[in-house]
Amino acid sequence: MRIECPMCGSRDRREFYYQGAAVMLARPDPQAHEADWEAYLHLRENPAGPTRELWQHDGGCGAWLVVTRDTVSHQISDTQLAADVKRAMGKAS
Amino acid sequence: MREGLTGNKGWGPHWRNPEPKAEYDAIIIGGGGHGLSTAYYLAKNHGMTNIAVLEKGYLGGGNVGRNTTIVRANYGQQGNSEFYSHSLKLWEGLEEDLNYNAMHSARGLINLFHSDGQRDAFARRGNMMINQGDDAELLDREGVRHLLPYLDFDNIRFPVYGGLLHRRGGTARHDAVAWGYARGADQRGVDLIQQCEVTGIDIENGQVRGVQTTRGAIRAKKVGIVVAGRSGQVAAMAGMRLPIESHVLQAFVTEGLKPVIDHVVSFGMGHFYISQSDKGGLVFGGDLDFYASYASRGNMPMMEHVMEAGMTLMPMIGKAKVLRSWGGIMDMTPDGSPIIDKTDTQGLFIDCGWCYGGFKAVPGSGFSFAHLMATGEHHAPAARYRLDRFRTGRGLMDEEATGSQHNLH
Repeated sequence: MRIECPMCGSRDRREFYYQGAAVMLARPDPQAHEADWEAYLHLRENPAGPTRELWQHDGGCGAWLVVTRDTVSHQISDTQLAADVKRAMGKAS
Repeated sequence: MREGLTGNKGWGPHWRNPEPKAEYDAIIIGGGGHGLSTAYYLAKNHGMTNIAVLEKGYLGGGNVGRNTTIVRANYGQQGNSEFYSHSLKLWEGLEEDLNYNAMHSARGLINLFHSDGQRDAFARRGNMMINQGDDAELLDREGVRHLLPYLDFDNIRFPVYGGLLHRRGGTARHDAVAWGYARGADQRGVDLIQQCEVTGIDIENGQVRGVQTTRGAIRAKKVGIVVAGRSGQVAAMAGMRLPIESHVLQAFVTEGLKPVIDHVVSFGMGHFYISQSDKGGLVFGGDLDFYASYASRGNMPMMEHVMEAGMTLMPMIGKAKVLRSWGGIMDMTPDGSPIIDKTDTQGLFIDCGWCYGGFKAVPGSGFSFAHLMATGEHHAPAARYRLDRFRTGRGLMDEEATGSQHNLH
């Protein structure tokens, strides 16, 4: 499996650290209800198919990435800098 | 015996192939090891025989048909400790109970350690196992050398300091366990329905009414979800999201060799463990690939890592040829421990989250899940396997002490 880093280009999977579902981008307010925190920390869609995930290019430029990947075929269809995604989320809200 | 002397010509099918009825007292979704053992114990211990197991493929075709077959009770934390202790005791009486040869072999399991700190940790682990009523012996370097003379004891990075020996640990024939439970359940009247995929779960007013399947609707008062790596998809049919991420775990088998590895050897620092099957193949594996996957196959980096670890520990296996490898879909929970619980829907139960250790749990999981489904009460050895422990933070069982987080187990 190779991942296309927007900064460094196509790199081996071994250069990347896997964090998990990109739900982690939307951190709840500290005062949010317990259920919101459970949804954020533990509950997962866990889809068999396309999913958005957080990976870090820790063996390269260090950037956090949002990777759109199919969990059945391992095919990666899109990679973006998490910083850009987060900025776009800020604008939307 | 008779078949052995007459050319094995008289064997018939070990279970019926029934059509689904319109209604059952209880339905088990998933005909793997855990589902079949649940059905067996529902019938045997609780007299529930008007039940069905629904399997989308064939019986025992998932993880119970593809694993590294290790049976052990060497856990350290309350919750896991009493559960696996109970499960190991069931293993020890299983063949007599089922009248089926599961080839259970208590050949001993050895966890190696490589530093003084690790020795302390394993001494403590051994004491916890003994406190639970199971067996453990701390071996020094010479003690390990006596049992495993073929290890590289003086490896620069991981010299062998000793090992924790769990004599009652060992292996079993994975398929035979599923078949034995299937036959036992069938003999007691349980309908084992294959090629029957559940496509929906019917819920009215917070009470489960039955399931929709590719072979029509089936009503039931109780439904148990026992689908391992597919837990997320089946739970979604009941509107649930689970604290589970499905990951891929690879394992490998070599060509058949003469007996060379007599025990199960676990090299935790290299994420490597190995045993030899009765057929002669070396059966070994390592860690997860560490990304969510339903592909049933892994990637090359983890294969390379596992092979390197094996060569580091026991250079003698270097010439053995790997015959095949596979990747199983593991239902990983944040704390690495399983779930056997009710759900918010009346009559709907779930047994999942076995991570990469479900095989040894097959008897105990079925026993405890059947108890929960039949009586509505948690079975004592599995009483801590609650679904809500992640929300409340109470009763987390994090064996590796890495934290209750999805990508850490």
